[in-house]
Amino acid sequence: MRAMVYRGPYKVRMEEKERPAIEHPNDAIVRVQLAAICGSDLHLYHGMMPDTRIGHTFGHEFIGVVDEVGSSVRNVAVGDRVMVPFNIFCGTCWYCARGLYSNCHNVNPNATAVGGIYGYSHTTGGYDGGQSEFVRVPFADVGPSKIPDWMSDEDAVLLTDMTATGYFGAQLGDIVEGDVVVVFGAGPVGLIAAKSAWLMGAGRVIVIDHLEHRLEKARTFAHAETYNFTEYGDIVLEMKKATDWLGADVAIDCVGAEADGNFLQHVTSAKLKLQGGSPVALNWAIDSVRKGATISVMGAYGPLFSAVKFGDAMNKGLTIRTNQCPVKRQWPRLFEHVRNGYLKPSELVTHRVPLEHIAEGYHMFSAKLDGCIKPLVVPTAA
Amino acid sequence: MTYTPHKPPIAESPEQLRARIPGWGVDLDPADRPSVPKLKFQEDLTGAHWEFPERQPETYPRERSVEHGMLTPVFGTAQPLSGVSGAIRRYAYRYSEGRTAHWLLLILGDRVDAWENHLKSFLTLHPDNPITETGVKAEFTRHGLKSRLGQNRADLKHQPLDPVIVAGPWVAAAGVVYAGVRGVTRSLAHAGADGHRPVH
Repeated sequence: MRAMVYRGPYKVRMEEKERPAIEHPNDAIVRVQLAAICGSDLHLYHGMMPDTRIGHTFGHEFIGVVDEVGSSVRNVAVGDRVMVPFNIFCGTCWYCARGLYSNCHNVNPNATAVGGIYGYSHTTGGYDGGQSEFVRVPFADVGPSKIPDWMSDEDAVLLTDMTATGYFGAQLGDIVEGDVVVVFGAGPVGLIAAKSAWLMGAGRVIVIDHLEHRLEKARTFAHAETYNFTEYGDIVLEMKKATDWLGADVAIDCVGAEADGNFLQHVTSAKLKLQGGSPVALNWAIDSVRKGATISVMGAYGPLFSAVKFGDAMNKGLTIRTNQCPVKRQWPRLFEHVRNGYLKPSELVTHRVPLEHIAEGYHMFSAKLDGCIKPLVVPTAA
Repeated sequence: MTYTPHKPPIAESPEQLRARIPGWGVDLDPADRPSVPKLKFQEDLTGAHWEFPERQPETYPRERSVEHGMLTPVFGTAQPLSGVSGAIRRYAYRYSEGRTAHWLLLILGDRVDAWENHLKSFLTLHPDNPITETGVKAEFTRHGLKSRLGQNRADLKHQPLDPVIVAGPWVAAAGVVYAGVRGVTRSLAHAGADGHRPVH
């Protein structure tokens, strides 16, 4: 089969690989119809995630058709069109039983601090991902859902991580009616988080980024006020001015490990790998909110330490809420929102990349070329 | 006002927001939010029909975090450990996730893995090609200049480092190979000259 493979930092290519096999009675093999490149894939691409092995196939956002099932699979059958959450989870461990599917304890032998994720290094379990023609899907009775007839393929694939994560991020903000919500990062997750903040009754939604095409999308897609932080000497001070010197009630960090805005922070993390991530956005969030506020962290950070301004967080009495999104838990309500037209994830798709052009696709997304917001990957040959 | 008990007023009323933004307030009630509370017992177990799942066969010694009490019943087998990088990584797994040594050794293993595989690739019909694999062609097909010129992008300050990170090791390796070949050539030339030196 054809698959994207990692060849080292900033290098990927398409290769012929062995088709995955059933390795557990509850496995399924899914023939991928559509996948996506996530902003967090760029952390792997840039060599930031420890134990990312050469030959690894990335891709934790994908949909497809069930091609083969293991002997104990009951809930999906060969031929079913399924959407697969980025979390690999068993459904019954202590965490899964409490709805924390992203923290499943039965799928990732390599680390206890993170659950299982498709195509996201051996630190998240060593599973190849969906930027390929076929993928092994463990616990097929638990993770995948059949795609509703009314849902488009593009909406479906974007519900497997990006949309669910943005929506979850807004929930972790504990938004109450009239709250001022500041979203750091106008990438796909940030745009969904901003839109979701309105669904939860926000009174103002402000989005901060440095890429004008993304801020434009924040205005049109997410109905948000926008600030380009490069136009201000101090974005924290600007947020204080914008909120009558109180600060925002809620901040959502949708940037994570490769945040820009501080050269030293970025280079020591993204280039030199001396930090788990550049906490520029998180530090701005800590300083931009009012005392007693809530910060939701959806941006992905690596497992090493980061230079976070924890003293300010403590002294301001902040509540910091985090997690990888338990995707499947979001789906019933998110399906309603998509069907009602409140959320239209496919409006964020800017590029469709054939698998044979995967290297150009990664470079374009990484270097933020061509107004790229969300690239999809089409795995089958035309 | 911040210095009084009252919250600064919001410019738009709920009615205005509802009229302007499709779906405003539909999840106002926390009961409608699927992850509130974050920990909530899931009665349906999402379709699982086991309390503890069957075990996936361990066909090779699978590395695992020492913070796990056992090998998890399901695990990935995408790229088993091999070579020098495999030995480094296996050593890294002797340390808990709480130890910096664990992660730094894994990062070291990643870099060694890359070079092992680059060298191996030169023995195949599909050698690594840093030009095609970096996708730099997109600079020409996806408006590299236009995407940057006149844009006040914060990332432009560090983007020049990317080619150094990617090409630097290749240039250094080429330099080492060149120096090595030149050294051998000179040695052979000296040896040849010595061989022709007249004997007195």
